[in-house]
Amino acid sequence: MSVIGRSVPRLEDPPLLRGEGAFAADISFPRQLHMRVVRAEMAHARLLAVDVSAALALPGVVAVWTGEDVATIPPIPFRATKLKGLEPYCQPILARGRVRYVGEPVAVVFAENAALAEDAADLVVADLEELPALLDAAAPPRDFDATHATEPAILRKSYGDVEAGFAAAHAVLDLDLSIGRHSGVPLETRGAIARYDAASDTLELHGTAKKQHWNRDEIARLLGRSPTSVHLFEGHVGGGFGVRGELYPEDLLVCLAALRLRRPVKWIEDRREHLVATNHSRQQRHRLRAAVDAEGRLIAIDNVFFHDQGAYVRTHGARVADMSAGLLLGPYAVPAYRATGHFRLTNKTPAATYRAPGRYEGTFVRERLMDAIAARLGLDRVEVRRRNFVPVSAMPFTRPLDALGTDVVLDSGDYALLLDKALARFGWEARQADIARRRAAGESVGLGLGFFVEKSGLGPSDGVRMSVDPTGVVELVTGAASVGQGVETALAQIAADALGVDYRCVRVVRGQTNRIEFGSGAHASRVTVMSGSATHLAGLALRDLALGTAATLLQAPKESLTIVDGMVCRADGPALPIGEVARALAAGTKLSRERAVPGLTTEGWFHSDHMTYPYGVHLAQVALDRMTGAVAVEHYLVAYDVGRAVNPKLVEGQIIGGFAQGLGGALFEEFRYDERGQPLSTTLADYLMPTIAEMPPLDVLVTEDAPSPLNPLGVKGAGEGGTNAVGAAIASAIDDALGNKGLVTRLPVTPREVLRLLGEIEA
Amino acid sequence: MSDVLHRVRMTVNARAATIAVEARRTLAEALREDLGLTGTHLGCEHGVCGACTVLMDGAPVRACLVLAVQAEGAAIRTVEGLAAPDGTLHPLQQAFADHHALQCGYCTPGFLMLAMAMLEENPAMEEAEMVERLSSNLCRCTGYAGILAAVRSVMRR
Amino acid sequence: MKPPPFAYHDPSTLEEAISLLSTLPNARPLAGGQSMMPMLNMRFAQPDHLVDLNRIAGLDGVTVEPDGALTIGAMARQRVLEQHPEVARRCPLMVEALAQVGHRQTRNRGTIGGSLCHLDPAAELPLVAAAMEAVVRVAGPNGQRDIAFADFAQGYMTPEMEPEELLVAVRIPAQPAGAGHCFLEYARRHGDFAIASVAVMLVPDAVGRIAEARVALGGVGAVPLRLPEAEAALRGAPDVSRAVAATKTLEPMEDALVPAWYRRHLAGVLLGRALVIAQSRMGRA
Repeated sequence: MSVIGRSVPRLEDPPLLRGEGAFAADISFPRQLHMRVVRAEMAHARLLAVDVSAALALPGVVAVWTGEDVATIPPIPFRATKLKGLEPYCQPILARGRVRYVGEPVAVVFAENAALAEDAADLVVADLEELPALLDAAAPPRDFDATHATEPAILRKSYGDVEAGFAAAHAVLDLDLSIGRHSGVPLETRGAIARYDAASDTLELHGTAKKQHWNRDEIARLLGRSPTSVHLFEGHVGGGFGVRGELYPEDLLVCLAALRLRRPVKWIEDRREHLVATNHSRQQRHRLRAAVDAEGRLIAIDNVFFHDQGAYVRTHGARVADMSAGLLLGPYAVPAYRATGHFRLTNKTPAATYRAPGRYEGTFVRERLMDAIAARLGLDRVEVRRRNFVPVSAMPFTRPLDALGTDVVLDSGDYALLLDKALARFGWEARQADIARRRAAGESVGLGLGFFVEKSGLGPSDGVRMSVDPTGVVELVTGAASVGQGVETALAQIAADALGVDYRCVRVVRGQTNRIEFGSGAHASRVTVMSGSATHLAGLALRDLALGTAATLLQAPKESLTIVDGMVCRADGPALPIGEVARALAAGTKLSRERAVPGLTTEGWFHSDHMTYPYGVHLAQVALDRMTGAVAVEHYLVAYDVGRAVNPKLVEGQIIGGFAQGLGGALFEEFRYDERGQPLSTTLADYLMPTIAEMPPLDVLVTEDAPSPLNPLGVKGAGEGGTNAVGAAIASAIDDALGNKGLVTRLPVTPREVLRLLGEIEA
Repeated sequence: MSDVLHRVRMTVNARAATIAVEARRTLAEALREDLGLTGTHLGCEHGVCGACTVLMDGAPVRACLVLAVQAEGAAIRTVEGLAAPDGTLHPLQQAFADHHALQCGYCTPGFLMLAMAMLEENPAMEEAEMVERLSSNLCRCTGYAGILAAVRSVMRR
Repeated sequence: MKPPPFAYHDPSTLEEAISLLSTLPNARPLAGGQSMMPMLNMRFAQPDHLVDLNRIAGLDGVTVEPDGALTIGAMARQRVLEQHPEVARRCPLMVEALAQVGHRQTRNRGTIGGSLCHLDPAAELPLVAAAMEAVVRVAGPNGQRDIAFADFAQGYMTPEMEPEELLVAVRIPAQPAGAGHCFLEYARRHGDFAIASVAVMLVPDAVGRIAEARVALGGVGAVPLRLPEAEAALRGAPDVSRAVAATKTLEPMEDALVPAWYRRHLAGVLLGRALVIAQSRMGRA
């Protein structure tokens, strides 16, 4: 029986359960210095001078740097993007001349311990002359600097004749929808520990995550070193969610300090820093127009939106806006479409990706539209969606759009089937009846839904190296990374299945740039698809090599041999541990010389030009407290088709955890600012992440009806479907409770907003 | 005045421990930096997330809100003390693995110590109280379902 | 987020503690630390000297006075009070409030005295003290003095006491026989500071009519507020809607996160709900 598809225990758990993890703050080196960042306290100001004299005078302080001290280091770059003209907006590692958000690094202190570094940082005085803060991305752009405006670019994507569509419309809908600023906020803050080994001229960076190889290359380039002299290491990672593992100013600063000061340098972000320094996300306003025919079928959509990028362009470039434009249409067939994305800077913490980037936003917008169509034409909300689905017969469905640089081709999917299954599982009809009774009794209750298409498995290539050692242990070295989602277990299952060993015999090595030359990291729900497929191919190749070698050793035809539980077996009984096969291929053995290359080892590569598209639907039931405005989510279902689940329990865990984050963005979490751009959500008592008490009864339905034809396993990524449609479904349910008038236009839906919409309060 | 070091004697996981710390050292930092017990994690350092939960004289406390000098004479228990000396997981730890109660594992030590206190105080706890107690700690990965299932499974039914 | 440097003192007697507070510059007492420690970690508080009260014996007792009132030592832990049978018998309002004070971990350390002195306008225990007309006992270099809680809680997070004084005990009159009580609060998440809160006690006469009403509101002013208009409206033949309407005159603090109108609105909602519960719990004198 294959180990793929089984909910086997995670390989990752034992050290984490014993408190033996190696998170960033757990890593220390002898003689290390501690870095503390002095951050701007105004949202927008001229930086006239920075006085570091008092800080430098404090015993135990080794160095204090300002922008002048790091002026030779280029700003933090971004990954390739089609959009031009973003370069002038990249962030310097320490501010020079101007600060553009509260939290921007202005100076750094290096001291003998963390508390002392903080003491010294308090003594650094930045002379700031306040400038007006720009806080609304939909407001007219202003000056970024003397030569650039705060709108670096306008993204445009379109196909079909949009104007003709509107001319022919039975009805035109016009919506103004906003998504609040929130983000991943992992429980472990960021950390970076650099050390320079002069003996080998090697720079090491520890506490890394997500994109080690790209970060290695860029760190090397920015510091003028060869990439092979820079190594990045990943230990345990306390949650990623898009924000961790991007290249930030602090990463460069510790590396530079380790080189200059010739001592290891450790930086651990504190929580208040995290909330103003680590990427924000999501904030976007859409002015959406849609043309529909009399049956509620979409004819054309005009998607104009304003993306609030915050103060600088970071490593993602314009990816979130790009996906907001390219992936908005989701499961629906739309004859004509035009997206105009105003990519704009404001005086807030820079923004980038957060779990389901561009899709959480886009699904909210699109599904609000579908509800609005139903309301306008007097149709059933579910029926409107059905009528607009891309049918199974049209799969694979090419949409004349691109996202993340690849054409959007929906690879497989039976949207109507999943919708039917979900409605049945949720008991939609029975709940409708119950809701009607409760409404008659005076309650404000409602049901909502959000259908969505995710994307996963971003290419183009991924490779792994797989080897068997003489003890029979399989080592799988991958350029993928782990952010705590269970990468090791899933890859070990795939490797074990292909090779024929126990998955517990597979050691997965990830996030170490000194072990493999190439890697794409862990993001965009790509690991199971890309690294998983590479692992599968490597496992099959290794199995072939093992069988071929064993054929000689066991003196039997290769075709007659099998590998079961790490034993290469001859049909008539005799068997050989796979470690013995490895031993027979050790360097210098006869067999290895015949093969020219020693070792039971191989590489597997997988290439893909297109992403694969899982899909799902969220269904929600809510009740509103008419007096306090509180929203109680009474029941919730996430139905998600992942093509094939390697480990169903891990898939379910991804969905439930993803849901909790989506719930935060729907009802609780928001980075708020006052009118001068001072952040108001700077503690975990103000930035409201859901606790267990906020979790509703949650049901999860994972289906495997539409395996991906794009990879040998049929898998699609599972990381983001739990988050994607939570804002959409909950908004839909609240709106239903309010009479389906399209009143809910903004996330998060706060109790105060509910009171206003209920008409209970004049405000 | 920050140079004055205070000697603190306490019992940590049933072993005597003596450290010399600045007055401003929190218990969480002392465990991590002075005793090398890095299983106790810091998630917020302002008493909201619960990641640093340890047992102090049997009761769960947030170790970021206790000064190390205040632990003089106290019995502290941390996640490192849960498993048997040979590494065998405590039934509660095993339940966390069985019920997929952890993903990144950063909040896990805090939840384990919180749950240990629940188990020792009232092993027949009702579900509503479990939820109430567990609501003191934040997890960003699991959505809590596995954590509740794990704790429920070790309670006396 | 590491605390600033300070010198640490852990006196074993009250006299010693007061002496330290009287003589050391910029000294602050440390009780349970559940508010003080976050303020230290965030460097909002920067004392040069911290005087730890945790090793002073005899400051954490719970005693029943001859008249039935409770005298609770300032260092009594919130968790101890939550479980204390005499507190449950004589001040069930406090037990109901305590369940909403932070979380179990913080109640294991947090003290009643610390909470009353911190005087957060949204905190539960000051509201209970206001509703129960508690009297606090303060000790200083010149001896001890008793202050009615209403006089003690005079300014935003600023109790009416000198820097060298310490709160040593709080006296809480017992809830009268037959009285109905209720403590309610509204927060976005369980365990968070309340946006608004209400403590109600209704004292019946011999035939079960309301002889005396106490209505205290939290989160809607700089300190816990009593609402005399509402209390008057509830005496005798209770006019609940007039009592609730009295909240409309409140002028809560306006802050960037929560507008005043919302606190005022919630105060009215909570009061209405609390009165229903308190009335249902009321018996006869």
